[in-house]
Amino acid sequence: MNEIPVSIKINGKQVTASVESRTLLVHFIREQAELTGTHVGCDSSSCGVCTVLLDGDKPVKSCTMFAVMAHGHEITTVESLAPGGVLHPLQQAFWDQHGLQCGYCTPGMLMTSVALLKHNPNPTEHEIREGLSGNLCRCTGYNNIVKSIQQAAGVMSQAIPAAADD
Amino acid sequence: MYTSEFTYHKASSVSDALAQLASNPDAKLLAGGHSLIPTMKLRLASPSALIDVSSLPELRGIRTEGDTIIIGAMTTHRELEFSKVPLLSEVARLIGDPMVRNKGTIGGALAHADPSADYPAAILALNAKIKIQSSSGARVVTADEFFQGMFTTALAPGEMLVEIHVPASVKGAAYEKFAHPASRYAVAGVAVVVHSDGSLRAAVTGAGDHAMRLTKLESEGVSSACKGLVSASDLMGDHFASAEYRAHLVDVMASKALARAK
Repeated sequence: MNEIPVSIKINGKQVTASVESRTLLVHFIREQAELTGTHVGCDSSSCGVCTVLLDGDKPVKSCTMFAVMAHGHEITTVESLAPGGVLHPLQQAFWDQHGLQCGYCTPGMLMTSVALLKHNPNPTEHEIREGLSGNLCRCTGYNNIVKSIQQAAGVMSQAIPAAADD
Repeated sequence: MYTSEFTYHKASSVSDALAQLASNPDAKLLAGGHSLIPTMKLRLASPSALIDVSSLPELRGIRTEGDTIIIGAMTTHRELEFSKVPLLSEVARLIGDPMVRNKGTIGGALAHADPSADYPAAILALNAKIKIQSSSGARVVTADEFFQGMFTTALAPGEMLVEIHVPASVKGAAYEKFAHPASRYAVAGVAVVVHSDGSLRAAVTGAGDHAMRLTKLESEGVSSACKGLVSASDLMGDHFASAEYRAHLVDVMASKALARAK
């Protein structure tokens, strides 16, 4: 076997393991880092349930990267969103707006949305739908997911103090 | 799904990658991996070694030299989407989805030469040049010379696509595609460019076995009615779109692109 040492900072914690070069990043996250919030869906870079953030703000599909490609990089997974059990505004919005039913796609939806709002804090409905074009949901019909992101965008922009008015 | 086993080598430079490639003809260059990794998962490809060139600084970034924009092969679709490169910024925005665009690279996409990929039509219409390097030196080919067939380019074994050269300014340019509703690949995608000398170049992707120039549209010029630009017998047909339907789509997409480009 072509084993290779791989070290990735996942949610701020360095995870080091010797894995086969063909090990996918999603399996490294689930099996070596034991973070099972990131799911495996289509396994062919279509459905987006495996979405994680690369180096802080770039959503990528972890089923279409070898773990070794992330060596020396930082990965952020859904487990990082609720430190101390306090829900991220996006998680709270998915709860409030019924943005999930079975929940299988939700980790990917959340990570894509985190990056979307970081890049574009007040997206239009069209921009949200375009932004989610790589995440499939078989339950909701997407409408409540779009509403969730709109709610979170509102909450998150209000959370920033309007210093200029003071 | 697991790929076959392979040895992984992270290239330290272009010359290191070329030396690795020369020493193992079965090795493949790994860029963004969004075509190669799915192909390897399906065991349609089982290279014994991967040479990762995706993060080589010498292959990344966009710079202008005189009237030419030089794009490093490992520049991602996302970087191009937010760039000012004529036409390619518009085309990059239509590729895949945000996650695919964060990993996929223009050099990887061009070297792969998927018949339904978006860039080839734009590269042909822009009259881009492709710089290719091997351990014995570098050469530059035109876009017309580069695309040769389905998944087939001018790249020879041991060679690597390193740069794409496009004009820094054009009078007008547009790309219109009819995207497959699920994959977002082009069922027919037409790029039209009016160059600074007034000449018009147009090309189509997705409809045939590789991207090709639309010579009828080019000879008719900006007043073209965009009717019967291609013959169905030169196109592909499949369960999603027949060759006749694709020929119709080429006319429709060309007419929309021409209206915006002129």
